[in-house]
Amino acid sequence: MPISPKLGPEAAAANMADIAPRYTPQEAIIEANRCLFCFDAPCIQACPMGIDIPSFIKKILTGNLTGSARTILTANILGGSCARVCPTEVLCEGACVVLDREKDPVKIGRLQRYVVDYAQENRLQVLKAPSGKSGKRIAVIGGGPSGLGCAAELAQLGHQVVVFEKKPNAGGLNTYGIAYYKMKPEVSLAEVELVKSLGVEFRCGVEVGKDVSIKQIEKDFDAIFLGLGLGKGGRLNLPGEDVPEVVEALDFIEQIHTHPLHDVAVGDRVAVIGGGNTAIDAVTQALRLGAHEAVIVYRRTREEMPAYEFEQQLARTYGVKFLFNVVPTEILSNSKGHVTGLKLARTSSANGKVQILPGTEFIEPFDMVIKAIGEQKQVELFKKLFPALEIHPRGVVRRNPDTGQTNLPNVFSGGDCANGGREVVNAVAEGKKAARGIHAFLSGGKTSGPVQPSRYGVQGAPVGSGFDKPIRVLELEKEYARQRK
Amino acid sequence: MADLSVNLAGIKSPNPFWLASGPPSNSARQANRAFEAGWGGIVWKTISNDAIVNTSSRYASLNLGTLRMAGLNNIELTTDRSPETNFREIAEIKRRWPDRAMVVSLMVDTRECWHEFVKRAIDAGADGIECNFGCPHGMCERGMGAAVGQQPAVTEKIVTWVMEVATIPVIVKLTPNITDITYAARAARQGGANAISLINTIKSITQVNLDCLVPEPNVGGLSTHGGYCGPAVKPIALHMVQCCAADPEVGLPISGIGGIANWRDAAEFIALGATSVQVCTAIMHYGFRIVEDMIDGLSGYLDAKGFKNLAGLRGKAVPMVQKWESLDLNYKRIARINYDKCIGCNLCYIACEDGAHQSIDLVPPNGQGLGPGRVPGKPIPKIREEDCVGCNLCAIVCPVESCVTMVSIPTGKPKLTWKEYQEKLARGEIKPIPAHP
Repeated sequence: MPISPKLGPEAAAANMADIAPRYTPQEAIIEANRCLFCFDAPCIQACPMGIDIPSFIKKILTGNLTGSARTILTANILGGSCARVCPTEVLCEGACVVLDREKDPVKIGRLQRYVVDYAQENRLQVLKAPSGKSGKRIAVIGGGPSGLGCAAELAQLGHQVVVFEKKPNAGGLNTYGIAYYKMKPEVSLAEVELVKSLGVEFRCGVEVGKDVSIKQIEKDFDAIFLGLGLGKGGRLNLPGEDVPEVVEALDFIEQIHTHPLHDVAVGDRVAVIGGGNTAIDAVTQALRLGAHEAVIVYRRTREEMPAYEFEQQLARTYGVKFLFNVVPTEILSNSKGHVTGLKLARTSSANGKVQILPGTEFIEPFDMVIKAIGEQKQVELFKKLFPALEIHPRGVVRRNPDTGQTNLPNVFSGGDCANGGREVVNAVAEGKKAARGIHAFLSGGKTSGPVQPSRYGVQGAPVGSGFDKPIRVLELEKEYARQRK
Repeated sequence: MADLSVNLAGIKSPNPFWLASGPPSNSARQANRAFEAGWGGIVWKTISNDAIVNTSSRYASLNLGTLRMAGLNNIELTTDRSPETNFREIAEIKRRWPDRAMVVSLMVDTRECWHEFVKRAIDAGADGIECNFGCPHGMCERGMGAAVGQQPAVTEKIVTWVMEVATIPVIVKLTPNITDITYAARAARQGGANAISLINTIKSITQVNLDCLVPEPNVGGLSTHGGYCGPAVKPIALHMVQCCAADPEVGLPISGIGGIANWRDAAEFIALGATSVQVCTAIMHYGFRIVEDMIDGLSGYLDAKGFKNLAGLRGKAVPMVQKWESLDLNYKRIARINYDKCIGCNLCYIACEDGAHQSIDLVPPNGQGLGPGRVPGKPIPKIREEDCVGCNLCAIVCPVESCVTMVSIPTGKPKLTWKEYQEKLARGEIKPIPAHP
């Protein structure tokens, strides 16, 4: 049987509603009052953008929401989407001292969303590009989070920026690839508008290398930022893979974002292959769109699953089933070419190496298979665009992590195509850093970031904070791993 | 179970918790509910001979964070019900609740009026009179309330009028809107009063509405100075109660008032010399039911401390307050941080650095054990003990219980008060204590 939409418009909308709705003003005040206004706060240090979190929360309490939005958006142009999609549990909220004190951190993400929503709804102009222009032009290739982060910062530094985006809309994964119950595409599109309001020009539906040549771009622009993201989803390379009911997770999610919810086809029994956060996004949305059963098929153990613990918990709460140490060996279809199930085998992943255990094969019926095994690197594309560009053996653009500069002096890079695939917030941070790098390159100056007011006084401390020296909270990640066992 | 009963200059009640004269003590309906809840006494809302008309919009609040009514002010006048209604209800309530203290608050002007109203209160069965010489708004413009309490000679005069006819104990309620409250308290004593109650409300403006630039409470576009009360005034009230309790020229039993919201507050007032305590704002916030924990908690505290009754606690802290010149200059305490509890907010650091005496450094943790969730490598606060002046600020701002504590450090030096220091310096027996660098 071919798969079809399962729910009507109302049921689909209800199932896909915000999992963390916007705070009411009263809720925001109560939550904001929990912030201790730490000095040199750990949350700032844990934020890859170095948002001055205690300051923006304090401003909620004083009714200065315009100032609060300015604090957020000057640090992170995508403050609205990061408020929804950041894994705050392992970033700001994971570092929050209130978590230490009472096992429940200040809900920084939700407070941030409250402020940015307010600014957006009331059309507050909190950011401004300088009226005097530098006369320099920069091409940003790729309109995803890193490109937007780079473009917005460059515009605020007085440069003229043009963003080239292959898809009809900019925003990248924020527009097309986030679980719908976490963020609707409108949020991302509003952020694109914000970047536009700084004077950035967007050329959407334009593929660089096809519709416009690099030669032309190099002629028209003083510097280039490469923020291409990752490529298509990886292939399983299994017999029976190329049938309509075998889809890539990001394509499935993109459909949800580009079609009415009640028009998105979903299977009755859905298998999601993979163990990352995208797999969780896919499996929960399949269930929310009316699948009767949805199963994660992962070739390693539960402990080895790369998805965050709180994401796994979300999936379990929603009734997702898990098959651990199981790998598909064949996709089964009927005579009409529709998926009927998966042939699976048990594995051992001891010593980190996955081995199929002979004689353990079994068949599970499914009518839809979603592949969430990571996206391919774009080495071919890099080579085609910039034959002399230096590529890291991991298949990513090699660049100076502090400035984003590649081996080609006028070409800078950041985001997934340079880091191999991390969070949205990392991409924006890398875009912003590259913007500073480009600014320094064009003006002959040095790159430096502003010191946050609430950190003033500890310059030269052994650990830098936030934007200038992002750090991961490794201890926390270990603690989560321990709790999982 | 400790005995909570009190006897304030002859006014007896089963416990020290009385309703203060105010909105909660304005009617028989409220008095009945209060006594059913367990309150030991009531000071009936002030009765006056003027026909009172109140404004609409009367209260305004100081809210702090999520805490509402940290302070409250009001511009309400004395009771807006007729003296006849009030005295009839007072008589009914006293008949129904004979074991509870019934004190009637009065505020009238002439000697004849005072005589008339004191007699009417006695006839209604009151156990005592409270002279309202403290109300700081409205009535003082008409020569009553705080207008009386701010002039010791007038206070004394009017008290003598009251005493001419009073056959029941008379309490004088004092205003804090005065430079030294003991002058007013002594005047009450001179006039023959049997007890004092304090403090009445403090003149205040709680807030200015920043949209219309009219302070609250807004009465048709204007506001006025109101009387401030609630938890925020407790420190001022405690100070004044102690002053009166310690002054031998006052020497009167005290009914403590000012920000009392629970048994701990009450115990502090009693330790500083109060016999009974009066509560208003906390009732306006939460209702009469709060007395249940007040009785339960105070009784448990007395038991735990081994006090059989309130007399054991009363005034115990009064001699612990002395002039600054009597404090030991050689006493030394310093702050200590318990790193197992430290959550890394660094509020102690910044408070000391920007707000006090620059004695805390931020240093690398160097393997110092810290709670989970701490950003690795993040600097930790470290007290420079040799520079710590022991001011308490870091311990005050620390949001974790028992994380920063103040520790007494033996200096090996004998006690040295400022007075002794000056004497010894003059005699050339010691060198000056070096100035802070």
